[in-house]
Amino acid sequence: MPQMNMVQAINDALRHEMRRDSRVVVLGEDVGKVGGVFRVTQGLFDEFGDDRVIDTPLSEGGIIGTAIGMALYGLVPVPEIQFSDFIFPAYDQIVSELAKYRYRSGGEYPAKLVIRTPTGGGIRGGHYHSQSPEAQFIHVAGLKVVCPSNPADAKGLLLASIRDPDPVLFFEPKRIYRAAKGEVPEGDHTVPLGKASVVRKGQNVTIVVWGAMLYEALEAANQAAAQGIDCEVIDLRTLWPLDIETIITSVKKTGRVVVVHEAPKSCGLGGEIVALINEKAFLHLEAPPKRVTGFDTPFPYTLEMEYLPLSHRILPAIIETARY
Amino acid sequence: MSTATQPASSLASTASGGSTDGSANPVARHPLDAHAPDVVRVLRDDGTLDPATDPGLRSDEVLTLYRAMVRARLLDERLVLLQRQGRIGFHIGCLGEEASILGSAFAMRENDWIFPCYREFAAALWRGMPLQRYVDNMFGNTNDPVKGRQMPDHYTWKRGKFGSVSSPIGTQITQAVGFAWAAKIRKEDLTALVYFGDGATSSNEFHNGMNFAGVFKTPVVFFCRNNGWAISVPTERQTASETFAQKGVAYGVPGVRCDGNDIFAVIKVTRDAVARAARGEGSTIIEALTYRLSGHSTSDDPKAYRPEAGVDPWRRLDPIPRLRRYIERTIGWTDAQDKELEAELDAELKAAIAVSEKTAAPSLESMFEDVFGEMPWHLQEQRDELLRGPRAKGHGH
Repeated sequence: MPQMNMVQAINDALRHEMRRDSRVVVLGEDVGKVGGVFRVTQGLFDEFGDDRVIDTPLSEGGIIGTAIGMALYGLVPVPEIQFSDFIFPAYDQIVSELAKYRYRSGGEYPAKLVIRTPTGGGIRGGHYHSQSPEAQFIHVAGLKVVCPSNPADAKGLLLASIRDPDPVLFFEPKRIYRAAKGEVPEGDHTVPLGKASVVRKGQNVTIVVWGAMLYEALEAANQAAAQGIDCEVIDLRTLWPLDIETIITSVKKTGRVVVVHEAPKSCGLGGEIVALINEKAFLHLEAPPKRVTGFDTPFPYTLEMEYLPLSHRILPAIIETARY
Repeated sequence: MSTATQPASSLASTASGGSTDGSANPVARHPLDAHAPDVVRVLRDDGTLDPATDPGLRSDEVLTLYRAMVRARLLDERLVLLQRQGRIGFHIGCLGEEASILGSAFAMRENDWIFPCYREFAAALWRGMPLQRYVDNMFGNTNDPVKGRQMPDHYTWKRGKFGSVSSPIGTQITQAVGFAWAAKIRKEDLTALVYFGDGATSSNEFHNGMNFAGVFKTPVVFFCRNNGWAISVPTERQTASETFAQKGVAYGVPGVRCDGNDIFAVIKVTRDAVARAARGEGSTIIEALTYRLSGHSTSDDPKAYRPEAGVDPWRRLDPIPRLRRYIERTIGWTDAQDKELEAELDAELKAAIAVSEKTAAPSLESMFEDVFGEMPWHLQEQRDELLRGPRAKGHGH
């Protein structure tokens, strides 16, 4: 099995699917000739040409709006938004149109596409190259949201997303684009949407996490183990719809939970997860669920490592929860 | 801009395009430049067709179009009444714009697609949407293909190669461009017609759509119904541009204006645009000069912002009597035939309303369907919770 980083895995997935399905079209700023500012689409233009790998004008609203039109026609567009911070000009098309198309047309127009976009901080990107806006899309009925943490899942989830009948926001944690390495199955490799992965089994504290922060959670879990606390680490992989069964099974076992996400605390996905845990496993809880998150501030540049919920902030939360 | 042939009314425009009637109320700066040299006309003031621009319709085609226009007008009037009677919640129509809508729909080819804004029910009917289906959508009952999820007049008609209606302004423009672009990529000879009003040209969607259409030379007919108003905001407040058609210059998309109340002119310019697109020459923006004779919708009273005197010149240019006079003179048409037509359309509509009104509301379960292709666990739980719980009182379901 080949070793790849996340960029290579996503590139592999796109190439595989574009060969398999002639309806798949990639479009976005700088995705063609230059292969994307992170080189994720490198080589695709040479292989598939400018009818299927398209450099667009600088217009997120135009990219997503036209991609929706392509989807209505019957193509399978995989548009790229260069940084998830820049997705907002397309927010109206995503929220008002894409998310609602199937519902508002009684099923006549299932507008299906996958929006790929680098997300998250830790690359000295400041306010406008570091955000994690997943909650702003989860809260809109009709969108699926995915965030892989490793190359194999990136390929598998992207293929599954492209083949899923519903619109998907595919958030790629840019901090680990190259740092995350692993074996990636060749050929047709899919990972089902809506299923989390228990990355580390444990008995004492459940950690729910996704994206780049998975590695911080694992690091914190290792350090907690040295203090006799055994953590179960759940990598959500699909942020919406949630794999509630995996979460609740774990919480019923441990009675203690810490949710970790880069996005700001208030109204983040962590709040929703905690609410669901309270509804479904209240009597199993031994401690109040905790969230370790970004703060309710714009994403800072100089102090970014203080902002991110890194292992040094996750560990005390684990300990506090374990000893409550 | 010549105003020599402007009707002597409060519609007089200054050369720079601003206008008021001297009172506090703005009057639509509407370049009723029907006689301006660039505005394509066919139906002349004397009721004859200009041979230079005549699209050459057969008599039966003209009569079919006339019937369709009369039907649209009747539907508009009756649906407003239904709303005032509280039997439906809302209607948004095309009173005065029938020629713009039906002429352009007529000019598209069978495999071409139409992307509506929300005024073009006449085009959906033209494309074969059954009247019952439209009326069911107005009542939002269980037979409504949209399952009562949207407001009235937000229907969908894929079988007619007609898009799904939504409320946000201009979003259909960018989507139509993408659709046509996809057809071009797949080497299918297909043109997309997209409707929007003068107001929509201020939206980012118009900009995005026109820009992509210009860059990628997509086969789109951008059909701007310049009806003078965006609810209460007249065109002079919508743009500092002299015309809407000339906005195409900025995007490399040729523009043309036509008398939007002359159905022959609308057909001519639309056909020309489709032919251009089919030849691989890309998009065209058509500005149809017309007028919104009624309010924006049943939720709007135009008396609040525009003086009736300003509407009168446009009533004299009403596309339906104009076409009728042409038919009388050339094919022949009598008052008796008009009455017979109205009676026939009225009966058809009454029958459809009677069926719709008796049809049940959509099921509670249907509220949770079609959010996704398959219902995820959280929607199943929410649905079950709703079904277990009490029903809303006094809502007639």
